[in-house]
Amino acid sequence: MTTAGIVALVLLLAVAAYACAGGTDYGAGFWDLTAGGAERGKRPRWLIDHAMAPVWEVNNVWLIFVLVIMWTGFPVLFQTVFSSMWLPLALAVVGLVLRGAGFALRKPIKRVAGRRLYGALFAVSSLLTPYFLGAAVGGIASGRVAPGTTASADAWANPTSFFFGLLTVTGTAFLGAVFLSCDAERWNAPDLVGYFRRRALGALAAAALLGVAALFVVPTDSPHLWNGLTQGAGLVLALVAVACTVATAVMLLRGHTRWSRFTATGIVGAAVVAWGVAQRPYLIPTSLSIEQAAGAPSTLVWLLVVTVVAVLLVGPALVLLYWLDTHAELESLSESDLRQGGGTTGSG
Amino acid sequence: MHNPVSLPPGAQLLLAEAPAQLLPARELMAFTLASHIILVPMGVALPLITLIMHYRGLRRNDPTSLLLARRWSAVMALQFAVGVVTGTVLSFEFGLLWPGLMGRWGDVFGIGFGVEAWAFFLEAVLIAVYLYGWRRLPARTHFLLGLPLPATALLGTFGILAANSWMNTPQGFRLDSTGNPVDVDVWKAIFTPMFGPQFWHFVVAMFMTAGFVVAGVYAVGILRGRWDHYHRIGFAVPFTVAAVLTPVQFVLGDTIARSVFHKQPIKFAAMELVWETDTHVPEYIFGRLHPDGTVTGGIRIPQLDSILAGFRPDTRVTGLTSVPAADRPDPTEATIVHWAFDIMVVIGSLLGLLVLCYAWAVWRRRKRPAAERLPRSRWFYRGAACAGVASVVAVECGWIATEVGRQPWIVYQNMRVAEAVTSTRSATLWTMFGVVVVVYVFIFGSLLAVLLKMRTRWRIEDAAAGTAIPAEGPETETPYGPRAAVPAAAAGQGAREEEDGTP
Repeated sequence: MTTAGIVALVLLLAVAAYACAGGTDYGAGFWDLTAGGAERGKRPRWLIDHAMAPVWEVNNVWLIFVLVIMWTGFPVLFQTVFSSMWLPLALAVVGLVLRGAGFALRKPIKRVAGRRLYGALFAVSSLLTPYFLGAAVGGIASGRVAPGTTASADAWANPTSFFFGLLTVTGTAFLGAVFLSCDAERWNAPDLVGYFRRRALGALAAAALLGVAALFVVPTDSPHLWNGLTQGAGLVLALVAVACTVATAVMLLRGHTRWSRFTATGIVGAAVVAWGVAQRPYLIPTSLSIEQAAGAPSTLVWLLVVTVVAVLLVGPALVLLYWLDTHAELESLSESDLRQGGGTTGSG
Repeated sequence: MHNPVSLPPGAQLLLAEAPAQLLPARELMAFTLASHIILVPMGVALPLITLIMHYRGLRRNDPTSLLLARRWSAVMALQFAVGVVTGTVLSFEFGLLWPGLMGRWGDVFGIGFGVEAWAFFLEAVLIAVYLYGWRRLPARTHFLLGLPLPATALLGTFGILAANSWMNTPQGFRLDSTGNPVDVDVWKAIFTPMFGPQFWHFVVAMFMTAGFVVAGVYAVGILRGRWDHYHRIGFAVPFTVAAVLTPVQFVLGDTIARSVFHKQPIKFAAMELVWETDTHVPEYIFGRLHPDGTVTGGIRIPQLDSILAGFRPDTRVTGLTSVPAADRPDPTEATIVHWAFDIMVVIGSLLGLLVLCYAWAVWRRRKRPAAERLPRSRWFYRGAACAGVASVVAVECGWIATEVGRQPWIVYQNMRVAEAVTSTRSATLWTMFGVVVVVYVFIFGSLLAVLLKMRTRWRIEDAAAGTAIPAEGPETETPYGPRAAVPAAAAGQGAREEEDGTP
């Protein structure tokens, strides 16, 4: 594999990581939106706050990696995507801002009206942002843009984009429900385990229906993508996604929530990687190949070096965060603990 | 509105007037950057100031210091959360507004952003650990886990400043026959001539600003008569950090001005309103440049500019007219740069005076007990209360001087802003600008409201100290805060009630 190929793989893995981590996050927002009124939705919303708090920022940063790898590794791709998909990406970024701010600022607000406003912003933008990001990916996958394409509705308002947008929203809702169900088990809220398991199954069914619908849309609308998905590595990955779907469905039906999150991540991860592999050797079928879009060779090498160093630094930090979190080492200290003078002795 | 740019990028140079989308794109970028930069000092420097206070608390077994450190860590997390959001907007805007810049130069100068993104990731993880770790982690472990925070903040700054200084003094590439960069040398592209001066000047500015802003909050408390241990150390620790760095900043500021004189002479000419290349150049303090090269208003000091630039009155200073009008900031832009630069210098000097007062007062009282060493003058605390706002203004001015002074280049002498701008219609960009302004006013307004509310809540808790156990700690109110207790299951769902999950 060439250096450009490896960087393209890193880019694809970063997209997959964002789809899984960020997707779970957006899904939580989706269920926040559908949780019902202030009283009825109190407990699901509590769980959503609970589960997202330590990781939502980290999940957001994946997107920044995707952008940085794009413009450093494949500048022409970055320019093409942002020129042709102007409107959906602009709407996605407005959604990102409202979502982040809505979530961050909802917590300190105590009055119900205020919480409603911030909560609504958070929830609605959790729906719109993944749709528009998915629609932009659909436009790329169907080969509707090429270097030099100016912004036009055709790039993102077409059958494949519509399908990708819906699939993204469904996928995030599914991931969100699976993870929330596991979190409910971890934090001792059995009623919510079932609550989110039912929703996870519903979302999975919707995603499966969309998968069937793909058979009618993709072959004619995005022939290159279809070819890639029906042979070789693309087919293998697509089958992995299907296998994970079946396994997840079985586990959810039997109530083995704990392990379903791995297969759920497997579905989304395999689907994203399958899409990337199916596009080979193009970044944008069939106008921009990986080699054509690649930046300067020395930059690509350094980009990989930076990535490796970063993985070595960030990996342990992330493990530490999750280890401390799951071992209940991260808890609040009340004001009175401090005033009594023994607050930081670690007696807990 | 018409869209004059459907021409290939190079052809724009032949057009006398700028494309219609240039103005909204510049305004939008300026607005989002100016907003984001307000949060940067707190993101870069507050972790260190908090850790100093934390260390003081552990070392002297002082609960008040620990309480302050905890509260500051809550503020740190809240503003970091909003900073993540506004930072994400900026990375989208590179594509939405300046696709030409990223398309041609992304692989030359983009690597700095790669470093920044990973540093940011690490900072997000460590802030979460630090904020959550107050209760359960052993005190020493908790403090040690917080220690890498300032380093990650500096690493992030390194990445961003590498990219920005490259735009000011681009190098590390060769242009091929079609004008595209080839033979990229990443090291040269990171360590450009302006990198060192910009990086250190910026880092110290961030520490000073954070120090003055935090101290300013407690200065207001002192002015309102709260002369207790809590307010005294809340003021003294951050103010001392800022005070120690202020003289350093004088040296660094002088160094960067001289670097600009050598490396970006046209920017220097705009900063100092030098029209013709000459020796014995006068210094203007404020004043306005006109298209014919005359300067009205302001204070004129003969010879001084040459002396400042090269220590001798016969130092030759390059003027704006040394390059064609299309290759330099226009008179209005030059006036903006000049004012921004002068305001920054004036604020820096006033802060220097304030710091001198502080040093003198503390030195005179050095033999008294610690509680009596701080200055007592109300005028001093009035000044200190203003110092925070003033240093934020200085940061904005420094950034304006850097960015406007580079005009019309986005990559100095290699690509014009007009060549990099998106071809999206100007009406769309103005609409987007309007939306972003509304959204940002809402977000920053909310941030401010939340901070004020936190302050009020803490004050009430302090007033009731010892009499009641507060239900929530400072972290409860932040985006990373610890988990609230489980609310009882809603009756409508028929679920059974659960035990509180938190100890």
